[in-house]
Amino acid sequence: MTHWIIAPIVIPAVLAAIMVLAMRGNLFLQRVFSGAAAVGMLVLALGLLVQAAGGTITVYELGNWPAPFGIVLVLDRLSALMVLLSAVLALVVLAYAAGSGWDGRGRHFHALFQFQLMGINGAFLTGDAFNLFVFFEILLIASYGLMIHGGGAMRFRAGVQYVAYNLLASALFLFALGTIYAVTGTLNMADIAVRVAALGPEHTALMRVGAILLLLVFAAKAALLPLHFWLPETYANAPAPVAALFAIMTKVGAYGILRMFTLAFGPGVAATEGIAGPWLMAAALITLAIGMIGMLGAERLGRLAAFGAIASMGTVLVALTQFTPQSTAAGLYYIIHSTLAVAALFFVVDLVRARRSEALRPAPAIAQHGLIAALFFATAIAMAGLPPLSGFAGKLLILDAVRGGDHVVLIWAVILATSLVAIAALARAGSLVFWGGSGGGVKAAAVPATLRPVPLIATVALVAAIGALAVFSGPVTAYLDATAAQLHAPQGYIAAVLGPVSLEGGLQ
Amino acid sequence: MELLVASAIGVLTAAGIYLVLRQRTFPVIVGMTLISYAVNVFLFASGRLVVNMPPVLRDGVDSYTDPLPQALVLTAIVIAFGMTAVIVLMSLGSFISGRTDRIDLSPKQDASE
Repeated sequence: MTHWIIAPIVIPAVLAAIMVLAMRGNLFLQRVFSGAAAVGMLVLALGLLVQAAGGTITVYELGNWPAPFGIVLVLDRLSALMVLLSAVLALVVLAYAAGSGWDGRGRHFHALFQFQLMGINGAFLTGDAFNLFVFFEILLIASYGLMIHGGGAMRFRAGVQYVAYNLLASALFLFALGTIYAVTGTLNMADIAVRVAALGPEHTALMRVGAILLLLVFAAKAALLPLHFWLPETYANAPAPVAALFAIMTKVGAYGILRMFTLAFGPGVAATEGIAGPWLMAAALITLAIGMIGMLGAERLGRLAAFGAIASMGTVLVALTQFTPQSTAAGLYYIIHSTLAVAALFFVVDLVRARRSEALRPAPAIAQHGLIAALFFATAIAMAGLPPLSGFAGKLLILDAVRGGDHVVLIWAVILATSLVAIAALARAGSLVFWGGSGGGVKAAAVPATLRPVPLIATVALVAAIGALAVFSGPVTAYLDATAAQLHAPQGYIAAVLGPVSLEGGLQ
Repeated sequence: MELLVASAIGVLTAAGIYLVLRQRTFPVIVGMTLISYAVNVFLFASGRLVVNMPPVLRDGVDSYTDPLPQALVLTAIVIAFGMTAVIVLMSLGSFISGRTDRIDLSPKQDASE
């Protein structure tokens, strides 16, 4: 039973290799295997979630090497939740890509897709900092291929920027890991936590440098201002299903911050105290504001959705950087919501792009006008955080969680004001695209034969998932509260990885 | 030796950053290669600088060099090599399809797409 933990990494890895070797010309076979793997992954992720929900932390030692010496995979509530979220998203994105024919516009879409999933799942499951770097590289190198899938000059040029930016972030990641290794002599996350807690004052300065470098890397992945420049062009120019999958990639950065800065560099650790919280929160608030203003200023639907992704990351990080159990739970709820909502928005953008120009200008009514307008309306409600969808519940949880903190007025003001800006931006875009040209009884265009129903079904399913997240927010927040409690008591994680001995002063 | 290694890392990084900030893809790629060299040397130094020490346990030897950074550097080299190949190919694709090797995206081209 314990071997199931490694399955979310091994299955995509093996499948992707088989796809490249044995099915390279056969799109139908690729779709069948990719779809079967996505369904299987969802079942597996649900199983892992049930296993982790009770609060047990399962440790998988690769090659059976004991913990600080070998690489470990660790399944706790947070890892299980993130793996499940990526499995849900992968299934919907795959359905959309296959249904809309996006996967056939270039070669190797499905193989790259599986490698991307391997990297994402690995990053969520690993308990080793250098292994985290390796999985980051795997998910990035797959994302480079997916980003330029389908070709085109604009996509290539935006892709080069994206790769260049991420290569620099990777170099920074290695500098951070080198610094941390130089101080602590270990790269196992639990072992780092033990060593940092026992660190003498003479090593504090170097340790803080390492922690800050690591924070910068995760902030760059999470598109935190001012490290967000890669995101708008990348997301706006990537194929829409790929941009929807990328919705989980920014969350990998948020996951990294949450994991490392609760486990090793947490609020109670003397050596790294106070390096993350205050200014990270300011950056998150500015990210939120700039994201929403960017939505208001966007001239194309793709860029609107991209800035929506930035804004939602800002909201997530405002909650996460409070580092209290309640705000962590609220931030995790918003992570689930924002992943689904951003993906849904990119689907709607692609539905519009398949029928007309995505520029925010009035144009004749498009095929299936009413349905797509309704879907845009629903995702806009979710993005802006209006009731009844889960964006409202998420923002409410965050507002409630920061109520006891020091910066309550500032955070409330920014979140509420930016929500208003978002409503204005989305209302403007929706009226220009869907109402601008259809007045005066102009009949909507007929449905061309090339438009297929599966993309619509996938989009409806995603909107339904956002609705379900709002309806079942009771059980979901109960699980997230337990997750936050587990994260803010890192002793359990450390004891599970290293055994109970290490709690008394490390393994020296 | 510490001075030599530290200044090598510093010079490589500084040159790399200067090149990365250029506007054309070729200097940017060269700059990133320089930065990745700097990272590799830096990782070696993270295991402490010693000379002529064995990395593997042996009878009659008291002090060792840290073997782990060598494994880390090897991984970093492989990844950097692969990534450089990817960005070279993408830059070529961008140059051939876009007829320019500038790395920035001007708003004019943006709108005409």
